[in-house]
Amino acid sequence: MSKNMEALRGNPAPAAPAKGRLARGRKFGWTFDDLALGAALPAIVLIVWQLAGGAGWIDPLFLPTPFAILNAFKELALHGQLAHHFGVSAWRAAAGFLIGGGLGFAVGLTAGFYRRAEHLLDPSIQLLRMVPHLAIAPLVILWFGFGETSKIAIIACGAFFPLYLNTLTGIRGVDNRLFEVTRVLGFGRRTQVFRLILPAAMPNILLGVRLSLALSWLGLVVAELLGSTSGIGFLINVAKQNSATGEIFVGIFIFAAVGKAVDSLVRLLERKWLHWRDGYQG
Amino acid sequence: MGNGVLLDIRNLNKTFQTNKGGVEAIRSLNLRIREGEFITVIGPSGCGKSTLLKIVAGLDVAYEGSVELEGNRIVAAGIDKGFIFQEPRLFPWLSVEKNIAADLSLRDPAIRRRVDELIELVRLQGFEKAYPRELSGGMAQRVAIARALLRSPKILLLDEPFGALDAFTRSHMQEVLLDIWQQNRTTMIFVTHDIDEAVYLANRIVILKPRPGEISGILANDLPYPRKQASASFQELRLAVLSEFHGKIERQEYVDRAGI
Repeated sequence: MSKNMEALRGNPAPAAPAKGRLARGRKFGWTFDDLALGAALPAIVLIVWQLAGGAGWIDPLFLPTPFAILNAFKELALHGQLAHHFGVSAWRAAAGFLIGGGLGFAVGLTAGFYRRAEHLLDPSIQLLRMVPHLAIAPLVILWFGFGETSKIAIIACGAFFPLYLNTLTGIRGVDNRLFEVTRVLGFGRRTQVFRLILPAAMPNILLGVRLSLALSWLGLVVAELLGSTSGIGFLINVAKQNSATGEIFVGIFIFAAVGKAVDSLVRLLERKWLHWRDGYQG
Repeated sequence: MGNGVLLDIRNLNKTFQTNKGGVEAIRSLNLRIREGEFITVIGPSGCGKSTLLKIVAGLDVAYEGSVELEGNRIVAAGIDKGFIFQEPRLFPWLSVEKNIAADLSLRDPAIRRRVDELIELVRLQGFEKAYPRELSGGMAQRVAIARALLRSPKILLLDEPFGALDAFTRSHMQEVLLDIWQQNRTTMIFVTHDIDEAVYLANRIVILKPRPGEISGILANDLPYPRKQASASFQELRLAVLSEFHGKIERQEYVDRAGI
């Protein structure tokens, strides 16, 4: 009501945009409280774990304490070429994601823009999507050997589908009434794509990026565990043969931490690009 | 064409094809609109008034007859025919000023100046950077009007633009629109189902009757602006519109209701 009264008077009350900024600040900004809340659960688990391990309730070969894992991490970092292996893994994941995700995005756009392309491609892609991409890993290795090609191919297979699917869904979900607006405003096809379709599909596309990244990470582990001479997965394999449980945990934590960091990066993009969304903020 | 005729609709027929056969939406409609006129089109639902507007906008070109803007047959939508939908239909990811500019660049000083002028005209100063979700319905609709006006349309088509607004906001929006019309003299076709709104705004009121949509009558409205809704002359005209409705559609209404 107050908004309407203000509209009635025609006064541009400065209070309203300020209120808008406040609401947006909530969307953009993670307050310290939010971060603390998110960190609370892992912190409690680590503390209990350390205390239980220190008291000798858990066999260190079965489950080393967090401090033991930290020491293993230091050891690997100083003498085990951890940085090298990490670099190799990161490169594989990035290359696989860029190739698979990029293809998924491109094919998703094509199918989204051209109905006939969708009718041609989508049934086959849905068929292939139902094959767990890890199941074809042995086949890929048979074809390409144990080199980098097969690893990147396995990762790319996983990264393809989420981006394809979400890009297509995003384009199909563009509000038809806004298309009518672009006709009235005389947008050409190009302008329509860049000013309407891509921005409107962006929430889905970014969701696809997040899901593709997660699957790239998964594919990386499988590819490296199946046989390799470098990478974090290789370190885990070596540690398994040496019964070095601590080093296995180092590998696991690296996967978790880096995966979360990359995901946070994409969510940062979401908050920056998609702040216009009017979703329920909890 | 001459003598200031902007839009010439001759013998317009429109039939929608459905799986049950054709449904006649508009039958032999003739209408001539001169430059600078403010036309309101009023009629009950199903009288084809929105269909008529979409045809004039070029959003629907599958019609029979002739619809010409400045002597040229309307074959497609475009910026010379501004269109305001019932909902504002803003781009949610763009701020107010960018919504108005849409495909035009605010970095162009000429565009920048025009956008600022329009923001002032629709009384949205201070909200340039706000996003659609931060706006009330009336404010969002004013952004839509500014967006259409930036393209300097020859004719502005409004499809029940204030129908979703509350009474206070609606009367404010009517003032804003009359302001714009008096300043720019943009030709307007305003579709509504609100008799008061139709009488309050227009020079000429086109009354349609439904099934199929046909012109039932056209009333000239010479009352001076600003109009007083409580005045006797206003009420008289209002009654004239009302009786035009009842005289022609009463019988059909009764028949329709008998079926319920």
